[in-house]
Amino acid sequence: MLTVDVEKSFGEFSLHAAFEATGGCTALFGPSGAGKTTIISMIAGLTRPDRGHILLDGEALFDSKARIDVPVSRRHIGMVFQEGRLFPHLSVKRNLDYGRWMNELAFDATAFDHVTALLDIGHLLTRRPGRLSGGERQRVAIGRALLMQPRLLLLDEPLAALDAARKAEILPYLERLRDEARVPMVYVSHSPDEVKRIASRVVMLEAGRVTTVNGAELLSAGV
Amino acid sequence: MLGLTPQDWTAVLLTLRIAVVATAVTLPFGIALATLLARKDFWGKALVEAIVYLPLVLPPVVTGYLLLITLGRKASVGAFLDQHFGIVFSFRWTGAVISCGVMAFPLMVRAIRLSIEAIDRKLEDAAATLGASRFWCFVTVTLPLALPGIIAGAMLAFARALGEFGATITFVSNIPGETQTISAAIYTLTQIPGGDVAALHLVVVAVLISLAALVTSEWLARRATARLHGA
Repeated sequence: MLTVDVEKSFGEFSLHAAFEATGGCTALFGPSGAGKTTIISMIAGLTRPDRGHILLDGEALFDSKARIDVPVSRRHIGMVFQEGRLFPHLSVKRNLDYGRWMNELAFDATAFDHVTALLDIGHLLTRRPGRLSGGERQRVAIGRALLMQPRLLLLDEPLAALDAARKAEILPYLERLRDEARVPMVYVSHSPDEVKRIASRVVMLEAGRVTTVNGAELLSAGV
Repeated sequence: MLGLTPQDWTAVLLTLRIAVVATAVTLPFGIALATLLARKDFWGKALVEAIVYLPLVLPPVVTGYLLLITLGRKASVGAFLDQHFGIVFSFRWTGAVISCGVMAFPLMVRAIRLSIEAIDRKLEDAAATLGASRFWCFVTVTLPLALPGIIAGAMLAFARALGEFGATITFVSNIPGETQTISAAIYTLTQIPGGDVAALHLVVVAVLISLAALVTSEWLARRATARLHGA
C-alpha cells in the first residue's frame, strides 16, 4: 500500500495532495498542469517535496519530519517515462537487463522470458533503441521497469507520445500487465479513455489538489 | 627509411612517447574536471575555469617559464619533490610530458565538457530509478554517452602535445635524446647552415603522424557515434 501526503510550491503553483493507493492500478487523472507528473516524480524520488511523507508498504520513502529521504536508486520503484528513455548505447536486451544488473540480482530466465512474452518484445532483443518504433520502444521501457522487480510501478503518461494506432497497440499489454504481473501500478494520464480501461481506482487532481477519489466508474458517469 | 638519421628517429619516438603519455596522464583529470564544470555550480567556478583555460591564451613561453619557476630544480615545488621523492622534471622527458599536458589540457577539457553537457540528464534519472547509484550511473550511462567527446578531446590533446614547442623548450630545453622533440629538432636544423634537407625529412614525418592521428580520431568518433544511434 502506498500513502502519499505531500506539499510543494514552485512560484505561483502550489501542490498539496494526499491519497492512498492499494493493489491494482491507481490512476492519477487530471488536466495538464494539475501536478500529476510532479507527484509521480516525488514517489520515484526524482523530485523532493517541501513537506509531507510518502510511505510504501509501511516503509517511509520520504518523511520531512523524520528527515527521511531514501535515494532514488534504493527505492526499488519501477518507472516508465513518457518518452521511454531507453539507453541508446545499449541493446534492447541490455536495457531490459539493466535494473537486474544494477540491483545485483541473479539472472532470472523465467522472469525474463515471461516479461518478453507478455510484452511481445522477444524478437527485438539484439536491436538498439534507435531502430525501434515508438510503440516497441514503450513496450521495452515497460519491460525494463518490470524486470527490476519493482515494489511499485509508476507510469507517467506512457502513451502520450504515441499516435492513436500505437496507443491501441499498447493498451492491451497494459491490461495484461495489471492482471498478470501483480505489481501495484500508479498510472498518470489526462486521457479518460485510457484511465477507464486501465485503472481500478481514480484519483482526480486539479490545480495541485485532489478533488475526488473513486472507482473508474466515475469517469463512465461522464465527469 | 624516409632519409632519417638515428638522431631524427630518437626525436620522433621521443615526441610520440611524450604525446601519448601526456594524453594518457591528463585524460582522467580531464574527464573529472569536465564533469565537474559541466554538472556542478560551486563557489569560485569562474576562477577554476580561468586557470584551466589560461594556457590557451597565454604565450606558450610564458607557460613554460611559469613551469620552470615552480617545478624547476631550484624552485620551491621542484626542490621539494626532488628532496622528498627524488622526482625531477627539469631537463627530463617527464618535464616535457608536463608542459605538453598543461598546454593540451584546456582543449581536452573543453571537448569533453561540451559532450557531457549535451547528454540528456533524463537518461541518468531513468538509470537511478532502475537502481543505479551515482557512481554506476556515471560509469554505465554518462561515460559511454560522452565517448565521442572523450575521443575528440584526447585526440586534440594528443595533437597539441605533438606540436608543443614554446612551453617545452622553455621548461626543459632542447636536449637531443632527452627533451628534443620533432619541433625542437626541426628548429635546431633550421639554425644550421645546410640543415634544410634534414629538416624537410622531419617535416614529412610530422605531417604523416598528424594525418594518421586525424584519420584515426575521425574513424573512432564515427564508430562511437554510430554505436550511440543504433545499428
